[in-house]
Amino acid sequence: MNTWIVATVVAVVAGATGFFAVMRGAAFASHALPQGAFAGAAGAALIGASTLLGFGVFAGAGALLIAWLGRRGRHDVVTALAFVLMLGLGALFLSMSTEYAPEIYSLLFGEILGISRSQILPTLLLALVSLGAIAVVYRPLLFSSVLPEIGEARGIRPYRMEIAFLLIIAITTTTTVPVVGALLMFSLMIAPAAAARSFTPSPWRALSLSVAIAVVTIWMAIVASYESNWPIGFFVGVFGAGSFVIARTWAAWQRRQVTKTQEVVVAGAG
Amino acid sequence: MSVLGGVIAPGFFSNPIVQTALVVGGVVAVVSGLVGVFTVIRGQSFTTEAISDVGATGGSGAYLVGVSALAGFVAAAVVSAGVIEMIGLRRPRGRDIATGIVLGAALGFAALFLYFDTTHTSTTGASITILFGSIFVISSSVVPTIVGLSALVLAIVVVFYRRLLLTALDSDLAAARGVSARWVGLGYLLALSLSVALSAITIGAVLGVALVVGPAATALHLTKRPGFAFALSGLIGLVAVWVGILLAYDSYYWPPVGRGWPVSFLVVALIFSFYVSVHVATQHAFKKKRHIETDDGESGPVCH
Repeated sequence: MNTWIVATVVAVVAGATGFFAVMRGAAFASHALPQGAFAGAAGAALIGASTLLGFGVFAGAGALLIAWLGRRGRHDVVTALAFVLMLGLGALFLSMSTEYAPEIYSLLFGEILGISRSQILPTLLLALVSLGAIAVVYRPLLFSSVLPEIGEARGIRPYRMEIAFLLIIAITTTTTVPVVGALLMFSLMIAPAAAARSFTPSPWRALSLSVAIAVVTIWMAIVASYESNWPIGFFVGVFGAGSFVIARTWAAWQRRQVTKTQEVVVAGAG
Repeated sequence: MSVLGGVIAPGFFSNPIVQTALVVGGVVAVVSGLVGVFTVIRGQSFTTEAISDVGATGGSGAYLVGVSALAGFVAAAVVSAGVIEMIGLRRPRGRDIATGIVLGAALGFAALFLYFDTTHTSTTGASITILFGSIFVISSSVVPTIVGLSALVLAIVVVFYRRLLLTALDSDLAAARGVSARWVGLGYLLALSLSVALSAITIGAVLGVALVVGPAATALHLTKRPGFAFALSGLIGLVAVWVGILLAYDSYYWPPVGRGWPVSFLVVALIFSFYVSVHVATQHAFKKKRHIETDDGESGPVCH
């Protein structure tokens, strides 16, 4: 039962955040931050602190680092470098610790089927914070992402929006990664959101659809993982890709229909 | 002389493992730095990262079925680079999303392979080695392969140099001039995949992207002239790798004593430091230039 609650919460947050990530073209940052933050967990384990805390700290620091360097540097490069630095630190921490922690595997790929009751509350709280933050910045972030110049004229500073956005990803990451794993959380964010965009241009509907697809994806993944005993991350990645392909195929088919209708109209008029 | 002796721990140059590492690392650093300049100009750092991760998946899969991990890596890297390049012929933003989707699926398979690996074999360290790598673990039998592949990448870059540059900087102009996008694209993705594979051998799949794009980005921050950027990029990469190897060797004397810090981390830390230093150093010049160009620097009300 715990699994379903946590999974749904995680999917909702991932879907919502992913919507913005896809719109801003921040797929790389969505991939980089969770993986980089994993290093923080390794570091925390090294000094005996809470891995979740280490995670959160690194995620936040990474977000700020990318925002700072990204002001002038090429965005994709600074994301890559910040990300790789954090991972390098993770390698360092891992090499210093004497035990090979099986935690590491679950941090990377998720351990959703083994969620304990004690994890529900922190996950829920963090999810609420994340969703709250999204609700607060929804309008200005949407504006700034789609029409940056006009947004700037209206007093919305793009740099602030960038920081806010990246921090939201950081919080989302910290919420979901202990559950679905660093490597696959990003897939849960990007694939449903990208698929949703192919179905509808309206932002509000795309956001809702993104959340819906994310939830369905993770439910299916849980069932599949339970049946086959294969890691849940595998199914998230594959189902996510599948939904994206379906969405794109559908969109292409729709376009063909529209063109056909247009041809008929033109033929009728001419 | 004693200062040098203090910096370089005893036995450094005579150690055969170190010698191999210096040669391999040096060659790979220079080659990656060259390819990296094109990659940074094209804004394809994510693609590089994706190729590296997919390659690692391929390597893991190959290892599972008993095939050479390097072959699996290169094969997976080339195939994924090809797929991404084909998708990427449209808008860059769409390409990033597509890259992300492909990467997500591939990482899913990586999770699967690792699961099989840990449940069917007794070694759990193999995956960590593929992912994080260590230049000190390279056996001398692999060195000829590495040098050969590096030479191949170098050859591609030299032969396609002008066309690659033109395509990266202005694809429309390149098309107008009759530069065959297909062949150039193919050559480039082969060079990139091989560079990624080579970097992965050197400092691990997960960190390899740093060696490809880091020095190049630093160089491009310093100069806009292509020839100079290539030279600088190779040089920065070379310095980072060699100093990293040196520090890793020295670090056996650092806390925690007797273990040494992973060379991959040190190399990446150096690359990152170089980039940030240059970034900050050029900030001053950038700010001054902007101040001169905008008179009052105020944005007035927008009139519609």
